[in-house]
Order: sequence, then C-alpha cells, then structure tokens
Amino acid sequence: MTLFLRLLFRNRLAGFGAVVLGAIVVLAVLTPVLPLHPPNATDTANRFLRPLSEGHWLGTDHLGRDLLSRLLWGTRLSLAVGFAAAVIAAVLGAAIGIVAGYAGGRTDNVTMRGVDMLMAFPYILLALAIVAVLGPGLMNALIAVAVVNIPFFARNIRGVTVSLAHREFVDAARLSGLGHIRILTTEVLPNVVPVIVIAMSTTIGWMILETAGLSFLGLGSQPPQADLGSMLGEARGALITAPHTSVVPGVMILLIVMSINLLGDGVRDALDPRLRSGALARPMPATLVDRPAPPPPTGDGLLRIEGLRTDFRMGKRTGRAVGGVDLALAPGECVGLIGESGSGKSVTALSVMGLVPSPPGVISGGAVRLRGEDLVGAPYARLRALRGNKVAYIFQDPLSTLHPLYTIGEQLAEAIRVHHPVSRADAHARAVQLLDDVRIPNAARRAGAFPHELSGGMRQRVGIAMALANDPDIIIADEPTTALDVTVQAQVLRLLDDLRRSRGLAIVFITHDFGVVAQLCDRVAVMYAGRIVEEGPTEAILAAPAHPYTARLIACVPELGGGRRRLEAIPGLPPAVDALPPGCAFAPRCDRARDACRAGEIALEGATRRVRCLFPVAPPEAAR
Amino acid sequence: MGGYILRRLVSAVPVLIGITVIVFVIMALIPGDPATAILGSYATPENVERLNRHLGLDRPLWQQYFVWVGNLLQGDFGRSFALNRPVLDEILDRFGATLVLAGTAFVLCSVVGIVAGTVSAARQYGFADKAITAAVILGISVPSFFLGMMMILLFAVHLRWLPVSGMYSMFGGGDLADLARHLAMPAIALSLVATGVVARLTRGAMLEVLRQDFIRTARAKGVGEGRVIWAHALRAAMVSVIPVLGIQAGFVLSGAVYIEIVFQWPGVGRMLVDAILRRDILLVQGGVVFIAACYVGFNIVVDVAQAWLDPRIKT
Ligand code: SF4
Repeated sequence: MTLFLRLLFRNRLAGFGAVVLGAIVVLAVLTPVLPLHPPNATDTANRFLRPLSEGHWLGTDHLGRDLLSRLLWGTRLSLAVGFAAAVIAAVLGAAIGIVAGYAGGRTDNVTMRGVDMLMAFPYILLALAIVAVLGPGLMNALIAVAVVNIPFFARNIRGVTVSLAHREFVDAARLSGLGHIRILTTEVLPNVVPVIVIAMSTTIGWMILETAGLSFLGLGSQPPQADLGSMLGEARGALITAPHTSVVPGVMILLIVMSINLLGDGVRDALDPRLRSGALARPMPATLVDRPAPPPPTGDGLLRIEGLRTDFRMGKRTGRAVGGVDLALAPGECVGLIGESGSGKSVTALSVMGLVPSPPGVISGGAVRLRGEDLVGAPYARLRALRGNKVAYIFQDPLSTLHPLYTIGEQLAEAIRVHHPVSRADAHARAVQLLDDVRIPNAARRAGAFPHELSGGMRQRVGIAMALANDPDIIIADEPTTALDVTVQAQVLRLLDDLRRSRGLAIVFITHDFGVVAQLCDRVAVMYAGRIVEEGPTEAILAAPAHPYTARLIACVPELGGGRRRLEAIPGLPPAVDALPPGCAFAPRCDRARDACRAGEIALEGATRRVRCLFPVAPPEAAR
Repeated sequence: MGGYILRRLVSAVPVLIGITVIVFVIMALIPGDPATAILGSYATPENVERLNRHLGLDRPLWQQYFVWVGNLLQGDFGRSFALNRPVLDEILDRFGATLVLAGTAFVLCSVVGIVAGTVSAARQYGFADKAITAAVILGISVPSFFLGMMMILLFAVHLRWLPVSGMYSMFGGGDLADLARHLAMPAIALSLVATGVVARLTRGAMLEVLRQDFIRTARAKGVGEGRVIWAHALRAAMVSVIPVLGIQAGFVLSGAVYIEIVFQWPGVGRMLVDAILRRDILLVQGGVVFIAACYVGFNIVVDVAQAWLDPRIKT
C-alpha cells in the first residue's frame, strides 16, 4: 500500500490531480459553514456584475445571485450526484456481475446477453429515454446516469468473478460445505472490492460529466436549485453579454473532471507492473551506443566482432549481456555460436546491425567491422542501407517474426524494394522466384498467403527466402530451427547448407544444439555468461573439447535435434547477467573448479583454438 | 467475406430485438395512464380514448409489444401529437443534419486521434509526446458543451471568423462552403473527447506493437523507420484501435445531443431533448429506436472493416 502511494505520488500529474480534487472536495464539504451569500437570493438591481466586484468575488448572474456562492453549492450538488450515481451503478453492476460470474452457465449467459443489449445503445440515448419516462429532475437524471453505467461495472466484475470462482480457495470453501451466500460474501467479495473501487475511480468523472450534461439540457436539476450543469445551461442565454457566468461553472466542471482523470490514470499506472519496469518503452530504430572509443582493428576479414560489450540498462541497474566478445567471419564460412539461453549469443548477433532493442540495450564498448567499416555508432541511414542488403537475419519462430497482416509475397517484395528501385510487378516476380528457391511448392499461389495460413516449416522457409532477397554476404541465423520438429528441422538445415555452398554465403549460426553445429558449421564458438569460453574448428572441438562447459554440452548431445532437453541436464543455472562472480563464471557449476578459478580474470588463450579455462579438460595443444 | 457480412447481419437481429424490448419496457414504466402521458395533460378524454384504442393499450403488454414492432417494421413509428406529423417523417427530416455533424466529427476524431497517437508513440517521451499527452488529458476532461460555448465566444463573437450557430446562413447561404463554415466549430467541439480517447488508445497499441518481433524483422530487412511506424506498426495497431472506433461512434452520437443544442443544429439530438421537455413520448421512443438501430448498423460496418484488415478473423 505504501509502495502504491509512493508510486502514485511519484507521478507528478496524479499528485497534482489529487491536490486539486482534494481542495475542491474540502470546499464543497465546508460550503454550508462558509460566509457566503445565500445561493438563491436574487438581487435584480445587481445583475451581471463582473468578477471582483464589491462583495461578489466572482460577480453575479442574470438574477443578481452571487456566483461564488452558487458555484460552491453547485459543486457540492454535482459532486454528490456524481458520486451517488457511481455508487449506485457500482453496487448494482457489481451485484449483477458477481451473480452472473459465480453462477455461470445459463444464468451467466442470459444476464450478460441483457447487459450486451444495454451496451448496444449510445449511452445518452438510454439516459434520455429514462428521463423521458420519469420526467426531468435531478433525482431522475441521477437514476438515468446510474442505470446507463451499470453494464460497464457488470462486465468488469463478472470477468474478475469468473476467474475467482475457480480458484482453490473458493473450491475449498465450497467443498467444506459453506453456503453460496457465505462464499460470495467471505471469499469472493473481498477480492472483487479493489476492482470495483478502481472501476469507480475511472468512471466517476464521466458520471459527474453526464449528470452535468443532463442538467445542462434542462433535464436534471430544476430551478432554483442548481448544479454546475444547470448553471451553465442557464448562463448560455447570456453567453455573449456576460461570458463570466458561463466560464465560472464550466471551468469548475473541467477542473473536477480533469483532476479525477489525472488521479485515475495515476492509479492505473501505479497498478500496472509493466509501466513500473519501463517495459513499455518503444525500441528505437537502432541500438544506442555509449562507448569510450572504438578499439583498433585487429585484422581484416569479412566481419570482425571485436571486444563487443552490450549492456541492458534498467533504471540504475546495469546488466551485462555481452561482456567482450571477439569473433571473426571469413567469406563463405559458417560459424556456430552456441550456448544456453541467456548466454548472450542472440544479443551478440543482434548487436551487429544495431537491432538490440533500446531502451534498455546499449552497446557500451567494442567494434563490429564489416570489411573494415565500423558499424557500431554508424549513422542510422548507413545501418539501414546495410540491413537485409549485405547482412540479413533469419529469426526463430517465424509466426511472430513475420507480419501477421501482410501476405508473404508482399513481405518478400518489400524486402527487395527497400534496397532496389524495381517495379511492384518485378519485385513480386522475384518474390515468387525466391519462394521457389527455398523449395516452397506452388510458390506463385503461396505468395498470396498470410503467415498464419502456412505450416511452421513453410514459414521458416519464407524467413530464409526473405534473408536471401538481396543476395547478402552474410546471414545471421538466430535459432532458425528451434521451433520446428526434427524432420522439418533437418530439411531446413539441408536447405541452408545448399544455399550457402551455391551462393558463397557466410553464416553465423546461433543455436543451443551441438548436433546442428556439427552438421553445418566450419567453426564453433561456445558462449557462457556473455563471453566466449572456447572457440575453434568444429571437428577438433567435437573430438576433444577443452573447456569443461563445452565438454558437458557435447556429452549431452547423442544425436541431431535431441539437444534441448539434455542441455538442462547440466546441474545448476547460468549466473544472472547482473550478478557475475569474479573469475570464471562457470566455476559454481564446474567440477574441476579450484580456488584459482575464482581469483580473477581468465583470458581466452590459444591460436586456432582458443579456450578460457585454467584447467582445461584436454589441453588445446594436445588436441591440435 | 460475403458470408461473414451475412452472418454478421443475422447476428444483429437479436440485438435489434433486444433494443426494441428495452425501449418498450422503459416506456411501459411510465407512471399513470400512458395515453395521457403521451398526449400531455391538456388532452381531451376523447383523444385519450382514441389513442388507447389506436395503440392497443387495452390489450396485454406482450401483445402491445408485437403490435408496436409490427408497426415499426411497416415504417409506422406513430404520430407526434405536439408536431402533428408522423414520427418517422420528423426523424428522417432531422437525421441528415445529425449524420453530417456526427459523421464529420467521427472522421475527425479517427484521423486526428490515430495520427496524434502514432506520432506520440513514435516520439515516446519526446516533446511531441508530452505535448500530445497533455492535450489529450485536457481534451478528454473538457465538457463538449462548455467547449462549444467557449468556441462561439472566441471564433464567432470576438474574431468573427465563423457563424455563431445554425446549419446554413439565413440569407444567401445553402452551398457547401456555407455548410462547412457552420460545421467547423460544432464538429471540432464534438470530436474532441473522442479524439483524445482514440489518440491515447492508439499510442498504447503502438507501443505494444513496436515491441513485437515482426517490427524487428522489418528493421532487419532495412525498412525505413517511417515505413516501420506508419505501415508495419500502425497496421497491426489498428486491429485494437478499430473496435474502439466503433465505441467512439456511440460517444460522438451521444455528444451530438449537447452540441446540437449549443449550436442550434437542426438534428435529431435537439429534437429528442425538445420532445422530452414537451413530453412527446412517441417521438422520443421512435427517435431512440431509430438511432440505436443505426448505431447497431454502424457497428456491423466496423466489424466488417476489422475482418477486412485482419485476415485471421474470417475463419
Ligand atoms: S577456469 Fe576453473 S572453474 Fe572455470 S571452467 Fe576452467 S576449471 Fe572450471
């Protein structure tokens, strides 16, 4: 609760709303004891006095009545009526919702149908119909507004009740023989009340506005009694000659409704955990870069990742996802990047083209050199020109990575057209050709399909076709086969391998599965806790892994595709990225660990085979 | 698609039946003798007697309902005794004006709201976002009738840019430009609240969508940021915005009642309020049923638009 209040008041706008609303409510409560003119005392000699007149701070209206006094009494009335309407709507709506949600079945069905019918009216029509029947008057307006808002509460509360009605504690109460009424009042109601209160806080502003509106139309409070709405309605006749009589009640309605809305928003935000963690931040077009200076180039080649560091900055906490990765890729080469989830392999891959979502991602050091050109900190326009053109990505789970509302043909054609000025028709023809290249049968017809109409394997082929669209030099494939079943997985891998050989593609293949690496990759780099722990030719490492972690990974994989479950057979969990131990990150799970391992930084050493371990399983020299 | 539209039309039938039942039940709750209530307290006993027989008020309630619905289906909405003309004629005369006003306001709130919400999301926490967010808070809090009055003061009285009220100039008006000048203020005043709601919702939906994987895919393809936002993200966000547009249409239609009073717009909203104050019950009844039916129809259009946008729905 205190956390909630703190969050609420950290939101300055909500705090402002609370203060304004509080002041208005206090004034309204104190109105009877304040030294004011009687609100209905007419004084025709002093009609339409301007604000700040002698004895009338806000002036007088068309009958010479004191506006300040009428304003405060009117505010009092409007607040009371709005609040009463909200309470009535909440109580009746909640009762309907609870009964329907708890009873379920027929009762639920019939009741909610009725509620839906009420919601089929534009809300004021129903209110007008009710007032038409009952006749104009403040009480009748109140009833009308309350009735109109019942469906909203009934709907919300029913939803909550349905989810509660099948929880264990309710089942337990039922089994222990408690009556329905007892269960409803002791088990369900206490859990529903907070929802009711929140729903009230977000709608009470509306209800004040709606009753004021009915009064404004002359259907609510009747003279001489006046709420804010009827004050405004009466003042309308003199809008041009004495505008202050309209402005005064109008601004008060505005203040009340706005402060309630601000407060309501604050309450909602404080209760929404996603807003608290900042997870609703929009990722920017390219990852933020905040690095001291690019390191000097260490060599040349197609792609060199040099000392790359990528952080996740959430508020004051910084988590290091990638902690200094070096990796080189030669033309036509396939390098596997392997590790458990959370090892930083995907973040490494996404950092290459600035695709790590930021916030929270920040590249905080190192360089990514494509043919010598540093891409870290390159202007967005340059990155965009290279993305998909020279370096293309294939992602995991194409159901979520393909746009659900464009046909696959459109998505492929777009990939071509963003980099090449070709006509729509040409792009489409090329898209069909690409689908054919990735062996999708009946390509011309399939181009018109939406992603959800294809099988998982088909979708992944579309993902590959998209990566091939501009004949890139490099493809970065991020677990492209993980979501597929074993046979389809094998087909997709074979396809990738063929394409690589026929087109001279260089591939970075990210996976957690050594079986896949064995099939496809020339070299492999093993990542653990954001760093490479071993790297070298695939066969050599498979034959004689040097790092204890690599050895475990390999021991777990009897055959292609069986890797996922086995990987978790390594006891323990990888360390959290923001709680890395000093020394070897694998030490807590390593059965060869000694004190020296935890002492300090361990370098990645070796020439063609590199390993980051003080006591390797097989010394790299021996394995060579 | 045709099949979907047909199914959607059929599913509207029970809703329409429900609407007539609700209106009928509310009207049946009128205290005292309905015929007297309908005719007003000045009615002569013969008139009351005749109306009772004409409306079949001497029969049981459920029979009355069927008689009434039967008449509605034949286009007989009853007769307004205050205006001495058929209810339907009066409604149809007025409905065009409301349609122009509410339709313009609806288009305004959709276009402005969606654009503002998208800009706001694209520039999250930037200046434009803060300015739009502040405008939205103000917009959804100001009562439309008060806003309308203040606009009259500023633009019609002080600046003299626009006419104070009405739909056409009394003399020499009547063309489209004249209508546009009269329409500007009421349409903007009417659209403001809905614009705020749409903008806020669009912003939320866009922020949600921009974190999706397919946005990353678009960026990885090299699609420019403008297209990522305005084509890829907005299209996906529209899936959650369109249903809200349907709800907003109801709010715009409701707000039209106030705005028609403030700007003396000759539409059905003003007609309803006048009818209530005159206790012209049959006119109220007919007007409510008519507008509610139109609203149901509009929601079918919204659903069809949704199905057209999102191919996953049709199945
Ligand atoms: S350095 Fe020590 S703890 Fe780390 S992997 Fe090697 S043997 Fe194990």
